[in-house]
Amino acid sequence: MTRLVLDAISYQPGREALFDDVSLSFEGHGLVALVGPNGAGKSSLLRLLAGLVEPAHGRVAHDGHALADLADRDRAQAVAYLPPDGRAAWPIEVRRLVALGRIPHLKPLRSLTDADRAAVDEALAKTEVAHLADRRFDTLSSGEQARVLLARTLCVGAGIILLDEPTAALDVRHQLGVLDILAAEAAQGALVIVSLHALELAARRADRVVVLDHGRVRADGTPDSALRPEVLSGIFGVHAPDGLEVGGLRLAGPAS
Amino acid sequence: MTPLRLNLLLAVILTLVSAIALFAGSGGAGPAALIAPDDELGSLVLRELRLPRVLLGILVGAGLGAAGAALQGFFRNPLADPGIVGVSASAGLGAVICLYFGLSSLFALALPVAGVIGAAFGVLALFAIAGRGASATTLILAGVAVNATAGAVTALLMNLAPNPWALAEIAYWLMGSLGDASWTEVGFAAPVILTGLIVLVPLARGLDALGLGEETARSLGIGLGRLKLAVVLGTALAVGGGVAVAGAIGFVGLVVPHVLRPLVAWRAGALILPSALGGAVLIILADLATRLLSGPGIPLYLGVLTALIGAPFFLWLVRHTQRRAP
Repeated sequence: MTRLVLDAISYQPGREALFDDVSLSFEGHGLVALVGPNGAGKSSLLRLLAGLVEPAHGRVAHDGHALADLADRDRAQAVAYLPPDGRAAWPIEVRRLVALGRIPHLKPLRSLTDADRAAVDEALAKTEVAHLADRRFDTLSSGEQARVLLARTLCVGAGIILLDEPTAALDVRHQLGVLDILAAEAAQGALVIVSLHALELAARRADRVVVLDHGRVRADGTPDSALRPEVLSGIFGVHAPDGLEVGGLRLAGPAS
Repeated sequence: MTPLRLNLLLAVILTLVSAIALFAGSGGAGPAALIAPDDELGSLVLRELRLPRVLLGILVGAGLGAAGAALQGFFRNPLADPGIVGVSASAGLGAVICLYFGLSSLFALALPVAGVIGAAFGVLALFAIAGRGASATTLILAGVAVNATAGAVTALLMNLAPNPWALAEIAYWLMGSLGDASWTEVGFAAPVILTGLIVLVPLARGLDALGLGEETARSLGIGLGRLKLAVVLGTALAVGGGVAVAGAIGFVGLVVPHVLRPLVAWRAGALILPSALGGAVLIILADLATRLLSGPGIPLYLGVLTALIGAPFFLWLVRHTQRRAP
């Protein structure tokens, strides 16, 4: 069973300490939403979990082994990561961009195997961008680009998928579409941890919600318990008189 | 076109233009002189002047082209060229220091070694000022700074040159030429530039991943520290080795990757080897042109010709890049 643990970590990304003795544990599969105001530490937490930065104290452990001790390639196969506002420097074709997700599986100086190609096709299909496979990335709309970058992340085939605001800059229909894709991945056995600003999306789709504020875990549990009224008003300064899951928008048809 | 087919096509073109360069011009001999060498003058010209000149051109061009493609991939910027960002000038400074203090008389490999060390300092300075993922403006400004520093010290050494002949030697050398090519130069440059190419070509996967940003590349298991070190080392060897024996020949690393990029579907990694072959083709053609255009007694220098063609291209590329990514 997948197990990703933050064990008493302290971390200081800039001038001020962000995390001080924070512990969190993620086990099994499911969709975990990280929510919190700007500057709460969502991005830093995801970078720590991805092994891109190391904590000053404490350790990040994957299945009992410190993430920092894993070889780059092993870590890359186990944990996929999608940075915020991802973009491509060169206008490469969508299929080639998605295939970059197979890099952790490639042998030195070898090209894609049949298994790699199958994984690319599967990722293109899951994110409903197969029809764009031969298009150049720079000719796509931002909603399409976001789903292509998501396909690249899924294409890694990792058991743990970390995504930093994959729905930022998307219209509401594409936001719902992305969350559906992530929920499907989680249902198939992946541990998906995603930072979100849209609380109602988190409430409706996530199996677990972690509320961060100023580097501290303020609430953690099922959407109902984590996003309870005092958390909403105390941390976000909003309230939801009818509850977060009632009302709101649903997808009318397949996102295009 | 697949990269393999493109590489084969470029290799065929390179063979053809090399053959033309080998046998064109006055005073040479036909292909028979290569197979059955004799002591006729034409045969000697072919074996001792033309052949090393063409081989040196291939080496220098391949080094500049590959270094340009690698730098552009690493900085994710089509304006990164060894000449524009000051790597060539730094290599030139290393070689001028070597010429000025007469180090090449101490040990034979001093000139290429000085060129490589100079180039390595240039790339390191560039990294220190611009950093990865710098904007086009920052990169060019950093290049201006590196170029200016290397140029200032070079000018100081020319200023302090003990006699007009030493000054003229440095000045002519800086203009860039394959005119002095002999088997000695080929022997110096070949191991250095080929090692540089061997370092640069396998970086393809890392540069491809870097196209999606540093964090994505690292999450895909690419070690950025090692990649950076390899870019510094490979560029320094590929450019430094060439500049040390042929002087500063600009714009090859800018023009060639830019022309070939659409043919490899904009993949940064797949561009390195074709750029090496394309750089060799461009240098051979440009050198052939300088030979045919040179009047008696007034040689046209290769570096002058590539600069005359490359500078307007650079201007156009700056405008084009800014329109596309403001």
